[in-house]
Amino acid sequence: MTESLRPRRTLLHHRAGGAWVWALFAALAALPPLLQAVGLEFYTVVATRVLIFAIAAASLNLILGFGGLVSFGHAAFVGIGAYTVGVLADAGVASAWVSWPAAMLVSGAAAAVIGAISLRTRGVYFIMITLAFAQMFHYLAVSLKAYGGDDGLPVPARSALNGLPVNLADDASFYWVALVLFALVFAGLRRLVNSPLGWLLQAARENETRVAATGGRVFAVQWTAFVVAGAIAGLAGALLANLNGLVSPHLMHWSQSGQLMVMVILGGAGALWGGPVGAAVFLLLEELLSGVTIHWQFALGAILLAVVLFAPRGLADLFDRFGVKRADAKGAANA
Amino acid sequence: MDLILVAEQALNGLQFGLMLFLLAAGLTLVFGIMDLINLAHGSLYMIGAYLAAAAIAAGASFLVAVLAAVAGTALFGMLLEVTLLRRLYQRDHLSQVLATFALILMLNEGVRMIWGEQPLLLNTPAALSGPVELLPGLMYPAYRLLIIGVGLAVAVGLYLLVTRTRWGMWVRAGASNRAMTTAMGVPADRLFTAVFGIGAALCALAGSLLGPLLAVQVGMGESILILAFVVIVIGGIGSIRGALVGALLVGLVDTGSRTLLPAVLRQVASPEVASTLGPSIAAILIYVLMAAVLFWKPRGLFPARG
Repeated sequence: MTESLRPRRTLLHHRAGGAWVWALFAALAALPPLLQAVGLEFYTVVATRVLIFAIAAASLNLILGFGGLVSFGHAAFVGIGAYTVGVLADAGVASAWVSWPAAMLVSGAAAAVIGAISLRTRGVYFIMITLAFAQMFHYLAVSLKAYGGDDGLPVPARSALNGLPVNLADDASFYWVALVLFALVFAGLRRLVNSPLGWLLQAARENETRVAATGGRVFAVQWTAFVVAGAIAGLAGALLANLNGLVSPHLMHWSQSGQLMVMVILGGAGALWGGPVGAAVFLLLEELLSGVTIHWQFALGAILLAVVLFAPRGLADLFDRFGVKRADAKGAANA
Repeated sequence: MDLILVAEQALNGLQFGLMLFLLAAGLTLVFGIMDLINLAHGSLYMIGAYLAAAAIAAGASFLVAVLAAVAGTALFGMLLEVTLLRRLYQRDHLSQVLATFALILMLNEGVRMIWGEQPLLLNTPAALSGPVELLPGLMYPAYRLLIIGVGLAVAVGLYLLVTRTRWGMWVRAGASNRAMTTAMGVPADRLFTAVFGIGAALCALAGSLLGPLLAVQVGMGESILILAFVVIVIGGIGSIRGALVGALLVGLVDTGSRTLLPAVLRQVASPEVASTLGPSIAAILIYVLMAAVLFWKPRGLFPARG
């Protein structure tokens, strides 16, 4: 009976998909040995990169897709997380148990301040003010001569997960850790989006005035989502610092924020799988096309343009439509 | 001596601000009237610069090259509007961002295919390569004076076009209430194409005039595009007056802080601190300016819509 008090399938409820999700994660977990068997170990690193950007894009999708808040400065939080790991490593702190949560905390704190100011504005002005803050952090990093300035700061060794039988220096192990973190982030975001807070966030995207009129605290909800998104982006940054062995101001360049936005829109803004699908498709297209032609950017642009024109709500929309149809069919069968 | 430095930097700031205005004017009109976020606006600036460089390489005089670049880019811009961008007006901002980002990739790569990876050289015309003595002790490059002159002339011309002609009336109406304007029978299609063509022409003018001062290279449009967006947001979207004020503010703050700030810092701090801190504060300052403006006036200085 209590089940009926909490509607499971409102318009704002987002399903992550059924059994195929487990199949997908099983396939992803089996990837490193498979790649090794066919002699393509190098692609383990590429796959890790995809997972890390999937985390970052999923976090951006929380505010951009579900919240309708188009942040053009999300790379700043990735960069801040990366720099936190880099600076701590520079000071001799190698434990991931310390540096990764620290990265999330620092990025979350930065998002708390930036969000509190930026959420005063709306629409295009919000886009631009988030960009402004990201640019400030970018130039701040450029000016940090003690931490490499323009050239960036090398992170010579990957963080250590003391107490776990995992050596992050090994590419496959690092991939699995990234996969576990991606799964945790994805599950967490799914819960959040389908929670009362997530519903308010989506409702405010549709009509802020009405949500406020019915007693929803729009600012608090949007600010909370902004901070959570920032903290998760910080985690992605921490992983990226470890993967690249380098943190540099380029991580916070506005073009990086733009690329994250493009990933989310390509995959499907406001769809649970939007961020991860977009990140994977974007990075894999980049990888594939650059192997085929030196003019790969032209082809990438043409493909993106085709997606805008023919799949208006992104690639995840295709999955979604399929998923809903299946669910409806099942519901009809039960009735 | 210091006063001369300040005057020189003020002129540099004015020159840069006016060039930013040429970009921002088209951007703010396209944004204000058609509600289109055109990230590829900077690519038109790049195309203008490349066309001018190509015309000069083919033996044209500087004047002819600039005119050819302006005409060519305007045509290209209108073609782009008719074939692609007009499909995006009814779409949400996110689709527009993705589509015009895709366009940036394609145009950058297209330019690279035609003209190669190496930056092109665009020389100042010989007649304007010398300095002019404006005041005793104040020597200023003649070419930069020409840019200031052209920029001012275009700003005045654009102001008259927008405030004194029927066409300008439509544009202003479109910026303040698009739906009503269309309902009142303004030929929206032709108006949009024309606005886009003029925006592209202004981009090409800025690109071909700045070509000799900066390098003509792939990707030159993106960094200046961000500045142009800063300008129109500070000024208030859709407002020509706002674009002019915003452009001059950004031009002066950017140029001034780059050269004057380190000098000021040297007075109060050690040279070492001044040389590291100066440039980064200078780079941050325009974004601080924008954030501050938006903090107190969340819709910019001169919002076009009420």
